[in-house]
Amino acid sequence: MSTDVHRLAAQIASGSTVAVPVDYAGVSMAMTRALIEIGTSDLTLICVPTGGMQADMLIGAGQVRAVETSAVSLGEAGGAPRFNAAVREGSIALRDATCPAIHAGLMAAQKGVPFMPMRGLIGSDLLRNRPDWTVIDNPTSETPDPIVLIPAIHPDTAIFHAPMADREGNVWIGRRRELASMAYAARQTLVTVERIVDKRLLDDETLAAGTLPGLYVTDIAIAEKGAWPYGLWGEYPTDQEEIARYAKAARSDDGFADYIGANKAKVMA
Amino acid sequence: MSQDMSPATPREILICTVAGLLDGCRCVAVGAASPVPAAGAMLARALRDTAGEPPLRVSVLGSEAHNFFTNGSAELFDAAGQGRIDAFFLGGGQIDRHGNINLVGVGDYPRSAPRWPGSFGSGYLYYVVPRVILYREEHSPRVFVDKVDFISTPGTSDPGVYRPGGPYALLTGKALFDFDKDKRGFRLASLHPDHTLEEVTAATGFAFDHDPDPATTPGPDAATLQLLRTRVMDELSETYPAFAAELRARIQTTDRKATA
Repeated sequence: MSTDVHRLAAQIASGSTVAVPVDYAGVSMAMTRALIEIGTSDLTLICVPTGGMQADMLIGAGQVRAVETSAVSLGEAGGAPRFNAAVREGSIALRDATCPAIHAGLMAAQKGVPFMPMRGLIGSDLLRNRPDWTVIDNPTSETPDPIVLIPAIHPDTAIFHAPMADREGNVWIGRRRELASMAYAARQTLVTVERIVDKRLLDDETLAAGTLPGLYVTDIAIAEKGAWPYGLWGEYPTDQEEIARYAKAARSDDGFADYIGANKAKVMA
Repeated sequence: MSQDMSPATPREILICTVAGLLDGCRCVAVGAASPVPAAGAMLARALRDTAGEPPLRVSVLGSEAHNFFTNGSAELFDAAGQGRIDAFFLGGGQIDRHGNINLVGVGDYPRSAPRWPGSFGSGYLYYVVPRVILYREEHSPRVFVDKVDFISTPGTSDPGVYRPGGPYALLTGKALFDFDKDKRGFRLASLHPDHTLEEVTAATGFAFDHDPDPATTPGPDAATLQLLRTRVMDELSETYPAFAAELRARIQTTDRKATA
């Protein structure tokens, strides 16, 4: 079955880097399911700044080779079982970060500069395990002042889900500005939405402030309840029971396979 | 305490202790997966409102109703870097004698087993927020270790490293500790009701300073408990529905036991 969401997912190349948002900021679970059906492989995920069920499912499906993240968890439903298993088996490359380091890397890309300095990190094992992060002596200080440089993060693709877009491809993201950061930094941005509205979002000053201009948006598809089982601000709450059901199923390889299979069947029906 | 109210549960005493640790703060932020800190911050805010004191700003990550940020998830870190966040909470799969925190996992990195979610914002916020409250309910030697397996973020920094923030207190299910930056170690402040110094010593994998006869963590007065069980539980259930429901069930159980 081919849908608009599949058309979007088909634009993500195997071996590419994909930025995905935190649980509460508009996770495109519709795209997660489409990527699993298509079987896009060798992905590097950039979790902005943490990952959840989306990252866990893609890892469980064997489609992820590396993850840069500040954490992966299922929130109240507990740890992320497929992520944890992959770490134990050493089957994914890990780039452990801290939230503002991921924001700093995206910010550098947004500004078109090679790196962004940030405080913290010195003396941590995060820094010791990140050869791409370097410590310099603050050149604007008269006294020694070590500070860490985070290189720009340039995702090939950013994917997220939002309440609405207009016919010009402007997307309303409200106050979830991390979605804009992802789009500014990425080479292409693919967005699923609950609906497309006829009214131009930029014509309304109230909506315009929370609108990501079409300049940064590559393609859009409608996916109703596209964040489910995650919630979408102002639209629907998180389906905690479904996430708990996934958490339980994904504890074992077989349980995970059953969950993915049942999910596929549901989509095909 | 009023006749029709059951006594405070151990968790409620923890929440009230958190509220007390936020004395004098103007702005407090609560991170992911932190229901007790979130409840404590909401209780501190409610107590100030009730007393007509200057308001406490509370931002709870993951909440829509109790989150005032408009610039995405980066704004908390930017605000903290500017010195606008007075208090924040961190947990830890392991916490060691020097206040180093491990949120990554046990064993040799990167193949940690078990692997925990990850460091979240700790690699930054521990350095820049003046009052970081360490919260970990499980008080056992596997949590409170002599040396962590992975330093997500260190308790102290060498001189010359920018470090306006750091550990302020450590609250567990058994006790409350202060942190002495100069000695790079914890000091027992009080034992929670029904816990002993011997028990806490045995459950802690490192040595800590203490009085010969430590104080007991005080429980809430009736008005505070009433506020916690009404307004605060309602506010909390938006972000932590499962936790709030469990806490309410515990109170009812205690209530039945008390009246039996």
